[in-house]
Amino acid sequence: MGLESNLNTDGGGFMVTTVDSVVNWARKSSLWPMPFGTACCAIEMMATYASRYDLARFGAERMSFSPRQADLLLIGGRVPIKMMPVLQKIYEQMSEPKWVISIGACASSGGLFDTYSMIQGVDQFIPVDVYVPGCPPRPENFIDAFMKIQKLVENDSVKNYKKPKNNSFNKLWQTN
Amino acid sequence: MSIAELGETIKTEKMKMNFGPQHPATHGTLRIEMELDGETVVSANPEIGFLHCGFEKLCEHKSYNQIVNITDRMNYLSPFCNNLAFILAVEKLFDLKIPKRGQYIRVILAELSRIADHCLCVGAQALDLGAFTAFLYLFEERENIYDIMEMISGNRLMTTYTRVGGFARDREFTDYHIKEIRRATSGLYKTIDEVEKLLNQNKIFHGRTIGIGVVSGKDAINYGLTGPILRATGIDWDIRVSHPYTSYEDFDFDVPIGENGDIFDRYLVRMEEMRQSLRIVEQAMQNLPDGPENAEEEDKYVLPPKDEVYTTIEGLIHQFEIIMENRGFKPPIGEVYFRTESPNGELGYMISSNGGNSPYRCRVRPPSLVNYQILEPMLTGQMLSDTVAILGSLNVIAGELDR
Repeated sequence: MGLESNLNTDGGGFMVTTVDSVVNWARKSSLWPMPFGTACCAIEMMATYASRYDLARFGAERMSFSPRQADLLLIGGRVPIKMMPVLQKIYEQMSEPKWVISIGACASSGGLFDTYSMIQGVDQFIPVDVYVPGCPPRPENFIDAFMKIQKLVENDSVKNYKKPKNNSFNKLWQTN
Repeated sequence: MSIAELGETIKTEKMKMNFGPQHPATHGTLRIEMELDGETVVSANPEIGFLHCGFEKLCEHKSYNQIVNITDRMNYLSPFCNNLAFILAVEKLFDLKIPKRGQYIRVILAELSRIADHCLCVGAQALDLGAFTAFLYLFEERENIYDIMEMISGNRLMTTYTRVGGFARDREFTDYHIKEIRRATSGLYKTIDEVEKLLNQNKIFHGRTIGIGVVSGKDAINYGLTGPILRATGIDWDIRVSHPYTSYEDFDFDVPIGENGDIFDRYLVRMEEMRQSLRIVEQAMQNLPDGPENAEEEDKYVLPPKDEVYTTIEGLIHQFEIIMENRGFKPPIGEVYFRTESPNGELGYMISSNGGNSPYRCRVRPPSLVNYQILEPMLTGQMLSDTVAILGSLNVIAGELDR
């Protein structure tokens, strides 16, 4: 937008902006997602990453399978009671700031599986920022959720990052 | 002192290692507790149940048509094969026969599902071994099959298309669909060739797959393995040929067989099965008979066509009688078992009915669970990095494994 023409040709000059806008711009355009895919939604998540939908366009190319280097947790699929402590531990291992997308009906609300072994919505145990409806959601839905997260990141302030989010959930696991 | 002698003098402690349940190579939620001596696996103890959702319990209070929904979510790589296996068991219980056209359409969709399943399995297997291109090529073909499934059933992944005595919608399959399937599958031959060019002569792929995870034919039978894993050991066993269902006897196709039972042979068997599936799809489309797709409406188990339900009072009552509980929907009392050849192996459903609206007990024989048993003897003595390759070649679907 004419930005380059205002800069000196010798590479000098400066621009004035806020820390928030620079940091948030960098953060939102290179989110590192940690895919926690358990079931069917993980296949649609794969489809979103694969050839046709290509989530790399949104700067989320680098899938981080280690929670310690991730800032966006994608929960795709059913989460049984046996799996929930693992998920909660993964969430706690992620460094701040972090965001969570709950993909699909099962992760958001239990979905089809109202049975003895299932968690009826992961938001009982970890905070969720964006829910994606559908069983499974289409890749377009998932991309929309991703853009909503980008909007959240953009409108956040660096000041808020220091405060951890409300983590007053029941801990399901114990350290020995 | 040579290196080999030095290696014998250095004593290393055995190390316990935890693999999963959250690991990209587990394709879901499997956990293996391994004991390692250096990089060699001494013992491997798989733990299952991280995706147990109570499928069989859910079946006990859902009606027969509703259970089709649940079967989708079991093997989510090839949902239609699950739909088909369940509904064939129900039709055996109800003693229903659907017209030839319906059977052919079922074959077309089941074979397309098989192709989609193998696409993802081979792609993910290659991805785990570092070959990203093959994954992207094959996933594009999977997307084309998704498009067909969406056009026919309304959902990309979860088809839920079969119903007792036919399909969710009758007389929906037209020449337009055949044209679209031809268009979508025309690129598949080329992609299979391309992927074979990428992997068949690939030195790295050879090194990671040939002679690794070997299963002998005797072991495979003793462990009850089925599907591509069994066929890769050289045993000619395909339920589509030995016990044909839904008119598989009408089609001419070969059953690919491996020799060594290693990972490479499993990959080759899967690639060849995709070609054979394409042959079946092509034959079914050419010889597709005319006529109705669903079984006779007079049968009190079959849903009436939707346009009749929305426009006539008889159709509405008919639909009501079937859908509502305690309205005369009386299945026969008895027990049946029906098995099909799903992409992973023998997928069977045992249904026990006491005449109620839903099965008294529904038991699944999942190929993934039975095939997973061989993992422990297969891993023992292999290197740690081969774990990923072996897991990928077994194509274990956690949803089907834990149910």
